[in-house]
Amino acid sequence: MPIIETKDGPLWKRRTLKQSLARLFWWTVGLIVAAIAWKLISDKTHWYFVQSAPKEASDIVSRMMPPDWSYMDKLWLPVWETINIATLGTLIAMLISIPVAFMAARNTTPHPLVRAFALFITVTSRSVNSLIWALILVFILGPGVLAGTIAIGLRSIGGFSKLLYEAIEEINPVQVEAIEATGASRLQQIVYAIVPQVLPTFVGVGVFRWDINVRGSTILGLVGAGGIGLQLSGSINTLAWTQVSMILLVILLTVIISEWISAKVRGAII
Amino acid sequence: MNTTNSQTSSYSDYWKRPHFIKRAWLRWLLMVGFAIYLALALGTMDIDWERAWEGLPRGQRFIQAFFPPNFADNRGVVFDGIMESIWMAISATIFGIILSIPIGLGAARNLSPAWVYFLCRGIIASSRSFPEIIMAIFAVKLFGFGPFAGFVALSIGTIGFFAKLLAEDIEVMNASQAEAVKVTGSSWFQWINYAIQPQVMPRMIGLAMYRLDINFRESAVIGIVGGGGIGATLNTSFSRYEFDTTAAILIIIIVIVMVLEYISGYLRKWVQ
Repeated sequence: MPIIETKDGPLWKRRTLKQSLARLFWWTVGLIVAAIAWKLISDKTHWYFVQSAPKEASDIVSRMMPPDWSYMDKLWLPVWETINIATLGTLIAMLISIPVAFMAARNTTPHPLVRAFALFITVTSRSVNSLIWALILVFILGPGVLAGTIAIGLRSIGGFSKLLYEAIEEINPVQVEAIEATGASRLQQIVYAIVPQVLPTFVGVGVFRWDINVRGSTILGLVGAGGIGLQLSGSINTLAWTQVSMILLVILLTVIISEWISAKVRGAII
Repeated sequence: MNTTNSQTSSYSDYWKRPHFIKRAWLRWLLMVGFAIYLALALGTMDIDWERAWEGLPRGQRFIQAFFPPNFADNRGVVFDGIMESIWMAISATIFGIILSIPIGLGAARNLSPAWVYFLCRGIIASSRSFPEIIMAIFAVKLFGFGPFAGFVALSIGTIGFFAKLLAEDIEVMNASQAEAVKVTGSSWFQWINYAIQPQVMPRMIGLAMYRLDINFRESAVIGIVGGGGIGATLNTSFSRYEFDTTAAILIIIIVIVMVLEYISGYLRKWVQ
């Protein structure tokens, strides 16, 4: 923070001239990028359709009212499936993430090459959306809950391992040293010095991930991978809007409840 | 432990690790409950093992069809799709963040009066209510096919994410700095600019990059429901059984996400 001497006394400024110029430069770059992005999108948009959007919106909303409450009878099973996809998918991801995270953490990895491989798994799993995983798996395993569960599992490995290996890298090394001094083997060091330090993170991330996965598994049905999304896409395709609003209501409730549970459990752990 | 006996035998030479959940009844309740749930869940999964078994050789052929990835044949379409995704992600991130700033300020309990707080929290909650892809389905219905629908869906998602985290960051900021600027007689905007913005900025830049990353990844699937971007190309390559092109697209997505992650790591170091 520069102070400029003037004849009326010192003047405080927040930034030096160089800092101000740098900021001006980055703002200009940002504005140009935003303008280009907007131009490209607007070129591909049929503004005629956009203009009719408010009319269209009120039309859809009026068709959605009132929700078809009786349709709920057919939704209990899909909701149960959706939650199962999320839970079992999370469990699969947790099991696979443990070795991946230990391979990826700098202080526990057996070899830098192994670490690179583990990081590659992490990035690959995270980059590909669960819907794309589901698309691939439905092709291999056939439509249904199994494809959805594995898709959620594959997608979660990345996020899980990333948070877990960061936690492993941040552990207190003194405890590991203390266990090592007793003559413990490498495995015993991991079990007695590292695991107790990262276990709360592990469970916390698991619950957090479960919540995300409940959201994720509500839409997997769009590509045939089970859960309530199947009903949603069916009702949208048959233009049964009162059913659509019922399904949206159920999805909303499921998401809110899972978020509440996740927050409670994490609050209890931390 | 009795000190007089400790030299003799009563001092246990056997040590057991403490349990993660210390209350025994709670531990057992959770374990039994979870086991029952697991049994029920697996029981009602209704997995067609025969179909899965039949799918294995199919899956093998399928995975073989991925290799080698074919970057050449459809490169025009793939390039257009990727570009559309990138621009869609960038503009949705920028627009979403511009909208998020006032909403985030309003949703911070220590800045705003109660009615603004509840209004802004309501906006955040409703934009977080549905996954982006469901938003995209409706955006496509309202605005027609194309990247504008995806842009709208991603912008709404960005608000829910960014405004919430901004509000939470402002709520845990250092209050004495804000007070110090306030006692100088600053206006409200000066107060925000000099007391609050410097405290939350480094984290917000990191989060903006992270959200760009999320938006790009989401834009890869929004095309499946007609919202523009690489997802449409991906879906088409899938339904035309051109798996070598699918593989190429997936590899491009992975590489772009890795590059974004690298940039954001670098940027965060530079900002702090």
